[in-house]
Amino acid sequence: MAITLTVNGQTRTVDVEPDTPLLWVLRDTLGLTGTKFGCGIAACGACTVHLDGRAVRTCTLPVSAAEGMPITTIEGLEQVQDGELHDVQQAWIDHQVPQCGYCQSGMIMAVSSLLAQRPDPSDEQIDATITNICRCGTFVRVRRAIHAVADARKAGGAKKEERHG
Amino acid sequence: MGKWTRRAFIGTGSLVGGGFVLGVAGVAFAPGRHSVVSADAIEKGELTTWITVTPDNFVTILIPHCEMGQGSQTGLAMMAAEEMEADWERVRIQEAPALDAYANAYMLRAFTSESMPAPLERAIDYGAYRLARWFGTQATGGSMAVRGTGYGMRIAGAAAREMLLAAAAERFGVRADECTAARSHVTHAASRQSATFGELAKAAAAIPAPSNPPMKDPDTYTIRRTSKPRFDIPPKVDGSLGYGIDFTLPGMLYAAVDIAPVQGGRLVSVDPSPAKAMPGVKEVVELEEAVAVVADSYWRARKALAALSPLYDDAGHGDVSSDTIFAAFDEALGAAPEMPAEAAKVVTADYRVPFLAHATMEPMACTVRVDGDRADVWAGTQDPLNARSTAASALDFDTDQVHLTNLMLGGGYGRRLPFSFDYVHIAARIAKAMSPTPVKMVWSRETDMQHGYYRPAAMCRYAGALDAAGRPLAVGANYAGGGDGESLFLPYAIADQRFDGRSASHHVREGAWRSVLNSQHGFFKESFIDELAHAAGKDPYEFRRDLMDEHPRFRAALVRAAEMADWGSPLPEREGRGIAIAESFGSIVAQVAHVAVSPEGKVKVRNFYAAVDCGDVVNVDSAVAQIEGGVVFGLSAAMVAQITIGEGRVMESNFHDHEMIRIADAPNVEVDFIHSGERLGGLGEPGVPPVAPAVTNAIYAATGIRVRDLPIKNHDLSRA
Ligand code: FES
Ligand code: FES
Repeated sequence: MAITLTVNGQTRTVDVEPDTPLLWVLRDTLGLTGTKFGCGIAACGACTVHLDGRAVRTCTLPVSAAEGMPITTIEGLEQVQDGELHDVQQAWIDHQVPQCGYCQSGMIMAVSSLLAQRPDPSDEQIDATITNICRCGTFVRVRRAIHAVADARKAGGAKKEERHG
Repeated sequence: MGKWTRRAFIGTGSLVGGGFVLGVAGVAFAPGRHSVVSADAIEKGELTTWITVTPDNFVTILIPHCEMGQGSQTGLAMMAAEEMEADWERVRIQEAPALDAYANAYMLRAFTSESMPAPLERAIDYGAYRLARWFGTQATGGSMAVRGTGYGMRIAGAAAREMLLAAAAERFGVRADECTAARSHVTHAASRQSATFGELAKAAAAIPAPSNPPMKDPDTYTIRRTSKPRFDIPPKVDGSLGYGIDFTLPGMLYAAVDIAPVQGGRLVSVDPSPAKAMPGVKEVVELEEAVAVVADSYWRARKALAALSPLYDDAGHGDVSSDTIFAAFDEALGAAPEMPAEAAKVVTADYRVPFLAHATMEPMACTVRVDGDRADVWAGTQDPLNARSTAASALDFDTDQVHLTNLMLGGGYGRRLPFSFDYVHIAARIAKAMSPTPVKMVWSRETDMQHGYYRPAAMCRYAGALDAAGRPLAVGANYAGGGDGESLFLPYAIADQRFDGRSASHHVREGAWRSVLNSQHGFFKESFIDELAHAAGKDPYEFRRDLMDEHPRFRAALVRAAEMADWGSPLPEREGRGIAIAESFGSIVAQVAHVAVSPEGKVKVRNFYAAVDCGDVVNVDSAVAQIEGGVVFGLSAAMVAQITIGEGRVMESNFHDHEMIRIADAPNVEVDFIHSGERLGGLGEPGVPPVAPAVTNAIYAATGIRVRDLPIKNHDLSRA
């Protein structure tokens, strides 16, 4: 069955069964392998992408449910400025977060969604929202990097206002 | 242990365009009369290190190991660049082709001195094992990478520096020992002459390589002992890095596989028709112990597999459960070791730990193409050499008919070590049935969880004796499950020690799990010493410390960890600190856990403090990251993780019933290093063993409840 998706700003038509999880359409049909498979039961977060701006786990999401909504994967995470990484990705480098890196696409997608909704999340909000599994145990740095992005955005926002004012 | 020699085979050559290239063909080590470098190493091109200097003044360091996330490549490059006096901003790395990497077994054999875990000892090539273990579980800054390859890196860097100095001296018309190398330049201060490494490269290539170049005094290091960003991180934040599971070939098919649930079981029968009727299905492949569906997409293969009802036998293990296994351990352990008659007090305790899965975030995956008398394999492995021979045996091929490309691993921790390559074996047989079409096999999480090579379940029966003053007279233990290796060592002055391994075999498949047997014995011995301290009425930190006069490195680490944690300062009710120390893989790690236990019995681990003596540190930040990761890994095992056997099979299946620590339960971790100047030790594994006893000792301090078997979640810690 032909299904039309909007992935990273591009319209893509795929011919798959409508119950195919979005994860496998992204990975195997569209070749976007940055989104990872970890569990298949929405328990680990490795497969997280943004659907209509919100973090969703795609291993249990039928592709038909994503039709007509903008999908953003790690490959299409919006650039803050041309040629620059998204500030969450940059923070992941600055704080040397990844070890094996396998969980980090999902981690970054979950975190960037959290920060879009809550610009300055508390530790409790981080605990409640970022439930992705990282077997390498990078959590200390994930938390540190989240706070660093929030702080930098606050400082950057203040500067912008200054300039405008 | 024999003595190291610095004899190295160094080869050089010119590069087209005026660069120079240098390689070290293995470092000779002579334990007694045996050299471990093959006589024809140079002819065979078994170069373990290559350094290239190009006219644009960039230094490229070719590293014969793949990166798995511990920052090993960066650490190795730092070691070479340090000796070379290269400008770190002008250093690049490049991964050596896979075949060259095989030569590293020589290096690893050379630098291995510790005992190996007993279950693996006979089975495998020593060097290959160590290579794999380094890949899998050890880190930059102190591991086989440093002890083995790192040494070659240093020699190569130092030799390159000497050659560049000699080339500069000729060019400047001065003596080489009047020149200095720094930041990729050679300078002759008196005549104010200077040249870049790039400018000197061509001339340097013509200079004979020194076989014994001097190494830098560690006090003059400018690159090592600092934190450098890892080269492997940028492609891990934008989804561009390809892991084993991401590999694709044009025209490739996908396989989903179901394996006999009881280890050793066989496929009795399966009716393939329900799957064959489904869209995209190309074949149902029956293997001796499994059934696979091959389809034009992975999801279609998976769905069709779910439509099958394969019948397996249980190989006669259908009555085995965790209970029967522990009952057999219990019987094998017999009476606790006898304690001396003059003891004022005798303490006994039984401890047990369950099987554990590696649970790498990337499930096992492998792509194979069998075409005529050639097979190609693409997989993430911790040992390409052994994976290749596994594929060859599955196909009844000679190893040189198999070409293996090693891909990035989404976690290893020992799961992808030699003799754990069932996933390669199965994928090869599926691909053979589909020859010449390439097939990518991907395991479900359920298959991955239930077909591991588990950390052995183990049980230990301790006894200890104290004299009237509370000093320990004797300690002894009988243990079963796993083995011992280097893990029994106690750093305490207790004259009378007796350890006795008992066997009680079972069919559950076991393997090397991050920190190997130290993960069990670390918990057993550091729990028991804590119990002895309390029985003696002493502070558990002071009790340990006062028994460590003979082991100053242990003492220093213990004292540092206690200082970091502000040991002894008051804590609120139902909070407590626990301390533990263990040496593994050449590093000593002392940890203090600070926990709070709610009245309902919920444990919150607030802080972890780790003092680490791994000799010296190469890349400080990635060394810290390895210890942080080790603490979280150890905490999953301590708190929540277990693999349970029932009806002969693994009962857990996915992350809903096999829990792991997430960010909400991950404590702050503070890490400090002690530069003892001793031989470099590992970092990937040594952070794990002290974690569980530090936590259970802290729980005892907080609640008076002694947890003697893991995981902690199985215990009621609520206020009585
Ligand atoms: S793969 Fe989707 S949550 Fe684990
Ligand atoms: S970095 Fe390896 S699983 Fe998270």
